[in-house]
Amino acid sequence: MSEETTTGLSHNKLAMWVFLGSECLLFGALISTYLLYRNKFYDGPAPGDIFDIPFTSVSSFVLLMSSLTMVLALSALQKGDIRNNRLWLLTTALLGAVFIGGQVYEFTTFIREGLGYTTSPFSSAFFTLTGFHGVHVSLGIVMIMSLLISSYRGKLTKKNTETVEIIGLYWHFVDVVWIIIFTVIYLVPNPTS
Amino acid sequence: MTDTMSEETPTEEQRPLGVYTRPKGGNGWRDWVTTVDHKKIGILYGAAALFFFIIGGIEALLIRLQLATPNGTVLGAEMYNQVFTMHGITMIFLAAMPLAAAFANYLIPLQIGARDVAFPRLNAMSFWVFLAGGIFINLSWLLGGAPDGGWFGYAPNSGIVFSPSVGMDFYAIGLQITGIASLVSAINLTVTILNMRAPGMTLFKMPVFTWMLFVVQLLLVFAMPVIAVALFLLMFSRQFGANFFNTEMGADPLLWQHLFWIFGHPEVYILILPSFGIISEVIPTFSRKPIFGYDFMVFSGIAIGFMGWGVWAHHMFASGIGPLSVAAFSISTMFIAVPTGVKILNWIATMWGGRVKFSAPMLFSVGVISMFTIGGLSGVTHALSPADTQQTDTYYVVAHFHYVIFGGIIFGLFAGLYFWWPKVFGHMLDEKMGKINFWVMLVGFNMTFGPMHVLGLQGMSRRIDTYSPGFGFEAWNMVATIGSFIIALSVLIFLINVVVSVKRAKGQPPCPPDPWDARSLEWITPNPTPEHNFDEIPTVESLDEFWHRKWGTDDEGQIVRVATAEEVCQDGTATGVHLPSPSYWPLIFAIGLPFLGLGLIFNLWLTLPGAILIVVSLYAWIFEPVDDPDGPHGEHHSDKEEVSQEASDV
Repeated sequence: MSEETTTGLSHNKLAMWVFLGSECLLFGALISTYLLYRNKFYDGPAPGDIFDIPFTSVSSFVLLMSSLTMVLALSALQKGDIRNNRLWLLTTALLGAVFIGGQVYEFTTFIREGLGYTTSPFSSAFFTLTGFHGVHVSLGIVMIMSLLISSYRGKLTKKNTETVEIIGLYWHFVDVVWIIIFTVIYLVPNPTS
Repeated sequence: MTDTMSEETPTEEQRPLGVYTRPKGGNGWRDWVTTVDHKKIGILYGAAALFFFIIGGIEALLIRLQLATPNGTVLGAEMYNQVFTMHGITMIFLAAMPLAAAFANYLIPLQIGARDVAFPRLNAMSFWVFLAGGIFINLSWLLGGAPDGGWFGYAPNSGIVFSPSVGMDFYAIGLQITGIASLVSAINLTVTILNMRAPGMTLFKMPVFTWMLFVVQLLLVFAMPVIAVALFLLMFSRQFGANFFNTEMGADPLLWQHLFWIFGHPEVYILILPSFGIISEVIPTFSRKPIFGYDFMVFSGIAIGFMGWGVWAHHMFASGIGPLSVAAFSISTMFIAVPTGVKILNWIATMWGGRVKFSAPMLFSVGVISMFTIGGLSGVTHALSPADTQQTDTYYVVAHFHYVIFGGIIFGLFAGLYFWWPKVFGHMLDEKMGKINFWVMLVGFNMTFGPMHVLGLQGMSRRIDTYSPGFGFEAWNMVATIGSFIIALSVLIFLINVVVSVKRAKGQPPCPPDPWDARSLEWITPNPTPEHNFDEIPTVESLDEFWHRKWGTDDEGQIVRVATAEEVCQDGTATGVHLPSPSYWPLIFAIGLPFLGLGLIFNLWLTLPGAILIVVSLYAWIFEPVDDPDGPHGEHHSDKEEVSQEASDV
């Protein structure tokens, strides 16, 4: 960025950091709600009965790998390597889409097994927390696809590395949040009915 | 960005890069709906806030009419619930917060020596989204009933079982919309303050007003997402049958209270700190002394900002949270009185030994100190949990928070209106009427809310729509009702003052710069502020930079004038300053949001036009060309969606 700012950070990047600070409390409040209700499964399935930890571990791994590919996309653009930049952006978006696909599959399986959105306080809290995260990943995919389209219109060049970096910040944040959510929901020993 | 804007003439020919061309500004209403100028947006915020202030005031008068006599019949019980709920929502979210936002928008860039905020279009969007949210909530009056569960919306009372009308849906979605406005504006102003200070303007040379507003923006950044989650949970419970507050299934009704007050208590400081900031500018100016203990003022503001997160459960002492929690929150609540007390004493010390001139803004500021102190002291009585258990849900609480909110905030905002009116509009408000305005308001305010202390201690419950004769409530309720109409009279005096002063100023030259012998940087520009703010970005050497350019010390250490205001002030004649272009898209984006809300409440098809407006406006926003591709950028964009603007514009 050519412009001078007091902190030396560009406005855009600073704004993204502040926004992500705000997002911490959004997920913090949702995670607290889930923790309050993880034992309140009423007559419905208990978390320990229904979670398929190996499956979710795989999709979590996929999401984590997408952070790596996002870094590779940024690094490619920093070197002016447009071709690899596009390749890694596309890979990132695809990995994100695989994660979302896994979430859709998980949700439909749960609903088939009797855990609907209105089954219990636990089910409402579970779907709301993971749903909010899924929406964040989906918005990230939309942003990365927008980057790809600008790239094919010839407008994503070495000059714009910061744009990719900022969207990367968002993407990594969503990943980090998933690590916390995954730990809290799946890895902490869960009650069974 | 703007502080490095070049003064060169922008290229004549516009070269749009995208599909869309940008509006050119023009004049009349088009200028206002497309503006991205922080000063115009500030004025829009102020006008809208005063409008909602009057609506909220009419609701307050209706409440007082209903309660004037026992067994009142002015409003039925159902209507009473709606009116007191909307009074709270309107005054807090649609009057006090946006009026503070008006001052923040107008003054922060001027006080730090910038030409605009960091993201001018997002700034416009914040205003239009706030207005859309305010209109949306008030639409509920016509579309099936206003919210009736209190501004605090306690679940499960606000759930579909106990509040079956659409009112609380309008509450949950409407506050979500105004919340977006607050959050976006907070991010914008945070970046502005951190990133756009004039050369030499270190953090500790910033005026106290900017500092307090900076703390407010950070509180907003972290508090808005919490209320957003609470409102989502409520909305999902009402719309989709989620079980967050379904106690039959084992849900915990305290969840709402915790989430709401984790937001709600910082919100109290979000409301009061702008007023503290305003009077921290007014009092030194009219005491002819620098503010006493600047560092202490700033740090106690920061301390309030931090400690404000640790006191929320004092709203819940009567809800059975357990003795340990009650004890902890009692202590933290008493502690937070310390930095507030520091501020009160510093203002008094600022006046001490000064040549105090009791102009209208100064009167209102002294009103804040005295009235807020009364409210603060009754607040400390709430910190004592045994006493609080007695006072909970009585009029004592109503008395307390009106002394804080009206006595602390509204008085402060009026001080700001009188103080900065010449800066914004180029003419003074009538000083004599201003003083009458203050005294009438002070008398009416104390008559209205003073008796409520007594009523509360006598045991009169708040939120009830009427009371029976014979409890000794009659006389004080009548006094309060008469007082409320005296407050209304004082607001009327203010409005008449505005009309008279505007008429008088017509055809007159704008008032000279620096009418108050003020101290901070915004007064270095002529009145009213020119569109480009500063002819030349000043280099800052000290706190109270403007004052130090006017006054110095002679050999004996006496303070002497070294320059007249006319010599120091810029004349506002610079031309060719590159300014951000206006845009339609913030407004169009904002129009989409109420459609989403109406769709969720009434018919999902209605969300379609809303979604289309939002998606189209966001992408149009991204691809909107800067008007001068070779010149420095007038605008920047923050959100995830908007950042790719760089990719398409550059």
